[in-house]
Amino acid sequence: MSEPTSDVGQSPDPTGHFGRFGGRLAPEALMSALDELTAAYLAAKADPGFRSELADLLSGYAGRPTLVTEVPRFAALAGGCRVFLKREDLAHTGSHKINNVLGQALLTKRMGKTRIIAETGAGQHGVATATAAALLGLDCTVYMGAEDTRRQALNVARMQMLGAEVVPVKTGSMTLKDAINETFRDWVSTVEYTHYCIGSVMGPHPFPMMVRDFQRVIGLEAREQMLKLAGRLPDAVIACVGGGSNAMGIFHAFIPDESVALIGCEAGGDGIETGRHAATVVGGSVGIIHGMRTILLQDAEGQTLQTHSISAGLDYPGVGPEHAWLHETGRAQYRAVTDVQAMEAFSALCRTEGIIPAIESAHALAGALQLGPQLGTEAILLVNLSGRGDKDVDIAGRWFGHLGDSADSEPGGLAGP
Amino acid sequence: MSTVGTAFEKAAAENRAVLIGYLPAGFPSVDGAITAALVMAEAGADIIEIGLPYSDPLMDGPVIQEAVHRALIGGTRVADVLRTVEAVAGAGVAALIMTYWNPVDRYGVDAFARDLAAAGGSGLITPDLTPEEAGPWLAAASEYKLDPVFLVAPSSSDERIALITSVSGGFVYAASLMGTTGIRDLVGAEAAVLVSRVRQHTSLPVAVGLGVKDGQQAAQVASFADGVIVGTAFVQRLLAADDYEAGLQGIRDLTAELAAGVRSGRQAD
Repeated sequence: MSEPTSDVGQSPDPTGHFGRFGGRLAPEALMSALDELTAAYLAAKADPGFRSELADLLSGYAGRPTLVTEVPRFAALAGGCRVFLKREDLAHTGSHKINNVLGQALLTKRMGKTRIIAETGAGQHGVATATAAALLGLDCTVYMGAEDTRRQALNVARMQMLGAEVVPVKTGSMTLKDAINETFRDWVSTVEYTHYCIGSVMGPHPFPMMVRDFQRVIGLEAREQMLKLAGRLPDAVIACVGGGSNAMGIFHAFIPDESVALIGCEAGGDGIETGRHAATVVGGSVGIIHGMRTILLQDAEGQTLQTHSISAGLDYPGVGPEHAWLHETGRAQYRAVTDVQAMEAFSALCRTEGIIPAIESAHALAGALQLGPQLGTEAILLVNLSGRGDKDVDIAGRWFGHLGDSADSEPGGLAGP
Repeated sequence: MSTVGTAFEKAAAENRAVLIGYLPAGFPSVDGAITAALVMAEAGADIIEIGLPYSDPLMDGPVIQEAVHRALIGGTRVADVLRTVEAVAGAGVAALIMTYWNPVDRYGVDAFARDLAAAGGSGLITPDLTPEEAGPWLAAASEYKLDPVFLVAPSSSDERIALITSVSGGFVYAASLMGTTGIRDLVGAEAAVLVSRVRQHTSLPVAVGLGVKDGQQAAQVASFADGVIVGTAFVQRLLAADDYEAGLQGIRDLTAELAAGVRSGRQAD
C-alpha cells in the first residue's frame, strides 16, 4: 500500500498535540512508559521487518484488505445516491479493532513485555485483544464495565474462551470510561512487564497517533478501492464515533482530498435535548479526560457526565483528540444519531442487503440515510461498516420484539418496522 | 499563618519529619470533612491535603474512590472544597488541595489560583499534571504565591526528576511505589532510593506518599524523608467506623500515632 504524500501525516507535534488537543495529562508514574512506548513505536514504524510482519498478519490472519461493497437497495432508502460500505465487519474477530491490536501486540513483544491489558465497551476491542494475545502468546486481562458485561455477555464468554481474564468494573457508571480508569490503575502498578493496549485513538500521547496509524489502513485501502470501483473519490466518508478509531482510520487518508466531506456520527442516545446521550463533539466542551485534552461531556465543575447509548461501543464521554482538532478546524463534521435512528438504519441494512451491522456502525448508516437525500442522486457515499452485528443480536432482537417480552426492550419497547 | 515552608522548617528544627494528612472534601459531608480535618490538625498533622472529589480518579485505589464517590453523590462542589481549605488554614495549619487537573482547568486556572489563595490555601498537589503541561498553573502559582507540588515516581528518569524539581514549590511528592493509593504492609526500599535520587537535584523537602498506614511505617519513612504523607489509612478510619463520632476518634488516634512516628524515626540515628 503506497503512502500518500501529505503533511497531515506529520500531525501531531512531537509532544502529541493536534492543535490545542491531545498531549499527555497523565500520572508521572506512566511518563517513562509513555516515552518508552513512543520510542519503541517510532523505531518499529521505521523498521521494514516490523512493517512486513504486521502486513503479513493483516493479510494472512486478519483478512485484509477488506472488501468494499456497493449496496444499491440500501442506497434507494438514502435518496437514490450510490452507497459503498467498507467491510471491516469481515475482518477477523468481526470489527476493525483487530488492525490496531495486532500492531500493539507485536509492539508489546518487541518491547519485551509479556502481558497485555485492555479496556472494552461493546467487547469488540476486548475480543480482538484476547485474540492477538492468544496468537502471540501474551497474558491478557480485559477490563469491562459491569453494565457492559451484562449487555454483551457473549463477548465476555468469547474473551474467556480465548484465554483472557475478564474483570467486571463496578465503579462509577460501570461502563467504558470506568473500565479505562481501572485499566490505567492496573497499568500504573504493572507497567514494567505490561502494555496497555488502548482500543481507540485516545489517551495520552503516543496512543492517539499510534492507534490512528494502525487503523489508517482502512482509509488507504478504501481510497484505492473507490477509485477502482466508482472511478472517483466519494463525496462523503461517514463513520461512527465513540472514541473514534474506525473513523480516524477511514478519514485519515482522505484528509488531503478537500472534495471529500468527512462525517462523524456520534451516539445521540435518547436525543441531545434529553441529556441522555454520548454525542461528545456535538454536545461537549473542551477539557481533560483519560490523559488527553479533548472535547468531553462534563458539567460546569469539570466532572465527567454519565452518558447513554444503546451501543456500548459508543457509550463514552470523551473523543480522540484528533477528532476534536478536525472538528475545530472544520475539516470534519460531527452529528448526533439517536438510538431510534440507528436502529432504523440497522434494520434497513439487514432487510435490504442481508448484512447485520454492529449497532455502532448502524449510527454511520443512519448518517448516510440522512445525508444521501441532501446530496442528491449523483452523490457517492462511503460508509465505514466498522463491525458486524452478531454481538448485538440479543439487544436488537429485544428492540425489534423478536426476542423476549418487548416490554423489557430498551428503551421503552419500541416496536420494530 | 503556617505555610508549607514554615511547617518543614519547624520540623527540621525539631529533627523530625512533617506529618501530612489527606482527606477528601465532602466526605462524609462537607461539614463532616471540615470537622475531621480540624481534628487531624489538632492531633498533630503539620500539613493537610484536601482532596477535590473527581469523577474519574485514575490514581486512587478503592478506599479513596469510595469516599470521593460518596462526596460527589452528596453534591460536593469546588466552593465546598475552598471552604474546607479556609477552615483548615484558619486553624493555623497549612492546607493544600490535591486535585486531578480537569476541575481546575474547567474552573479556570487563574481563577482557581486566585480563589485558593484567598481561602488561605498554600498550593496544589497535581497527580495527573506534569511540568510539560503545567505552564498556565506555574504562572498562576507564581502570581498568587502558591506552591506547585508535583509527583515523582520510582520510574522517573533522572532527567525527569531534574525537570520536575526545577518547577516544584513547597516540597516534592515522592510516590514511593508504582501503583494507586492504598495501604501497603511494607514501605519498599524503593522509597529511600527515590528520595535520595530526588535530593541530588533539589534542596526542597521531599515527602513520601502511597502506602503508609501506621506509626511504625511513619517512623521508618521519617528516617530518610522530610515528610510522611498518609491518606488511605485516614479515609479508611472514617469509612470503617460504626458512626461518625467513632470515625473522628479513629482520625484522632491515628494522627497521634503517626505524629509520634514522625518524631521517633530519627531517634535511633
